[in-house]
Amino acid sequence: MIKLSSPQDLDQYRYQILSHRRPDQPVITVCGGTGCHASGCHAVVDAFKKVLQEKASDNGVALRVTGCHGFCERGPLVVVHPKKIFYQKVKPEDVLEIFEETVLNGKILEGLLYEHPATGKKVVFEEEIPFYQKQKRIIFGNNGSIDPTRIEDYLAVGGYRALAKALFSMKPEEIIREVKKANLRGRGGGGFPAGLKWEQCRNAPGATKYVICNADEGDPGAYMDRSLLEGNPHSVLEGMVIGAYAIGSQEGYIFVRHEYPLALENIGIAIQQARELGLLGRDILGSGFSFDIKISRGGGAFVAGESTALMATIEGNVGEPRAKHIHTVVSGLYDKPTNLNNVETWANVPVIISEGADWYAKIGTEGSKGTKIFSLVGKVNNTGLVEVPMGITLREIVYEIGGGIPDGKRFKAVQTGGPSGGCIPESMIDLPVDFDRLTEVGSMMGSGGMIVMDESTCMVDVAKYFTNFLKDESCGKCTSCREGTKRMHEILTEISEGKGRPEHLDWLEELGWVTMEASLCALGGTAPNPVLSTLKYFRQEYEEHILNKRCPAKVCRALLHYRILPDLCTSCGRCAKACPEKAITGVPKKKKEKGEPFVIDQQKCIQCGMCLETCKFNAVEVQ
Amino acid sequence: MVSFTIDGQPVEGKEGTHILEVALDAGFEIPHLCYNESVKPYGACRLCLVEVNRKGRSRMTTSCNYPVMEGIEVFTRSEKVLRARRIIMELLLAMCPGDKLLQEMALSMGVHEVRFKKDDKDCILCGLCARVCDEVVGAHAIQFAFRGDRREMIPPFQEEATQCIACGACVVVCPVNVIGMKEEGDERTIPRWKRTLKMKQCKVCGNYFAPWFQLEKFREKAKLPKDFFDTCYTCRS
Repeated sequence: MIKLSSPQDLDQYRYQILSHRRPDQPVITVCGGTGCHASGCHAVVDAFKKVLQEKASDNGVALRVTGCHGFCERGPLVVVHPKKIFYQKVKPEDVLEIFEETVLNGKILEGLLYEHPATGKKVVFEEEIPFYQKQKRIIFGNNGSIDPTRIEDYLAVGGYRALAKALFSMKPEEIIREVKKANLRGRGGGGFPAGLKWEQCRNAPGATKYVICNADEGDPGAYMDRSLLEGNPHSVLEGMVIGAYAIGSQEGYIFVRHEYPLALENIGIAIQQARELGLLGRDILGSGFSFDIKISRGGGAFVAGESTALMATIEGNVGEPRAKHIHTVVSGLYDKPTNLNNVETWANVPVIISEGADWYAKIGTEGSKGTKIFSLVGKVNNTGLVEVPMGITLREIVYEIGGGIPDGKRFKAVQTGGPSGGCIPESMIDLPVDFDRLTEVGSMMGSGGMIVMDESTCMVDVAKYFTNFLKDESCGKCTSCREGTKRMHEILTEISEGKGRPEHLDWLEELGWVTMEASLCALGGTAPNPVLSTLKYFRQEYEEHILNKRCPAKVCRALLHYRILPDLCTSCGRCAKACPEKAITGVPKKKKEKGEPFVIDQQKCIQCGMCLETCKFNAVEVQ
Repeated sequence: MVSFTIDGQPVEGKEGTHILEVALDAGFEIPHLCYNESVKPYGACRLCLVEVNRKGRSRMTTSCNYPVMEGIEVFTRSEKVLRARRIIMELLLAMCPGDKLLQEMALSMGVHEVRFKKDDKDCILCGLCARVCDEVVGAHAIQFAFRGDRREMIPPFQEEATQCIACGACVVVCPVNVIGMKEEGDERTIPRWKRTLKMKQCKVCGNYFAPWFQLEKFREKAKLPKDFFDTCYTCRS
């Protein structure tokens, strides 16, 4: 590879790449994100490779495996360029037809198109699909156009232009001013103004400074950072180099959680390619500025995503948070001034620098500028990754982008912010999504997890699930967090098992209060949110569990009451055979005799649900 | 010297010290378990909570590791602080109901009942044993393992602490006295760290006075002659 030693070199190289790409060239892109891997994109890619080898070795049809498109529910996703025909749920068997009909003849295969669930109308192009229409994909949008293992693709969409502008047309102080003007707030959960953090770090005494990218992404269900690192790693790198230049740092770290092998691989390739081209390392683009990045891997603990614990881990110590009376921007990694930002925060930087803070600040609300990528999951039709402008309402996200609740069930709540966040009920579904509004109602933006819940979700169970997670992941140092989460989980378990007492709700509030107020780090500080927010908005549900020993959502096993409806029972006896506790008895029907309805012995019943599963006559009722 | 106030009273502390040490010196009573003047503050027990008012903003924080700053106002007995300390004490007592010190502290703080299911632990996870072993002794023989409610202080991999010199510093510093050390014949044992060491006999008085392993470590570190520890401390003086 050549080494670019000036911004002119970069422009020339970019021009060269573009001139080799015809706008009308047939290209087949297959989404290679983790979601699509799970639905089998690998086999689709292999099928395409085979077909192209056999039939198109000289036809100039390119195959590109790209980053995540976000519509993970409908994967594997294939887009046929230049027309950009969008196919979803593609199987290897469809590949030959796609090649022969769509690529060669421009014919659209209706069966692979997205079909609107309500109207049945078929949609041909990606941007016309309702899932995408209300999104504003300024960060994620390029994923579908680039192969993350080829830096040329990133350059072809304008990549590293911002870096050249920053290094050669702007001074470090100007860059910081621009980021402050754009009001970029941390996307990892804290929402702290990035520009201010950079400024504090730049002003801290000492020549050695570090920048860190936090890719530990521990919230269950969150995979935005994963998809950014896997799908467009250079956007993150570019942001880091610009940030390092603004702060005056020469060394950076990307801390990736061990459980993200594809992200680790792709960011590693990206770093190598950037180095080879002269966009990273010594004398970047001939500017005189040197900055390089090392990759550090997590060890499997959620708490290591906390900034001081992360720095301890990089240093080779146990990932335990420490008191931040002295901020990490003054004394962080190896006691040096350190600026840590989340993956998505870094990815916003090139956009801000190339488009300008004014343009950026037009998107979003007064206090929260720009966009946010959410992982929309749970009881919603269109699960996947969505990027929306701050200020969009929950209703728009859940219904217009998410396509509403499947099976006609009723919306109940949305959980935002992962285990540190809270549940927002139906009454607040018109809440505009932004940092401050979410915090006001007892939840938080967090890293962007958004779990949709319907009437079949038990809020006590949700609180128990998250509290259990936090109890397991607490580093264990602080009495208040370690014992607080443990006892909260204990009480929630008792409530879900029908052993709840009225005073338990007061105890939960007290424990929640002390865990929040007395703990050192944000894990403990936000640990009570799932409990306290569900208590606030769904108190009656807790009371049902405690006073009436009932779980309205029919989730808490010990509170379920299985009963055979005598009118529907045909006495076939299947349930009795399936019951592991031999709790069902009755008179089975014989050839000439009708038999008698079967009955479940409540004392022996363990609420396993086998009878419900086995019964072919819907005669088992769960209450 | 840094000037600030504690409960309205003016106090002074050396730059680089923390609120708790200054407060204790000045006669204020702030409950604490994981603080010891021989090692760096850790902030694990959370009992030493105080409210600090700095530049008009107030927050509740541990006083053992909060650096003294000019002009701050410290409150050691606000309602918030007392409430937090009581619940933390109750949690500690639920964890280690048998500890005498915890029982005494609880009584003095007005904690009379434990609402939660009582556990059976003896160690309060203050970390003082490991901190002393690391910072003062330099043996690095024991450390915390696992996390969350499974956190415990153990010898490496739950096997014999092979770096332990059986000096007994951990035994002495443990606030709840759950680390025992015993001697039988020519052996000294710390059962908790699965450590048994053979003791050296004094050439003069014939007493078993210290473990061979320990004496060898000292001798190497201080570059002493080979026969330096052939006599015990008493006989040498």
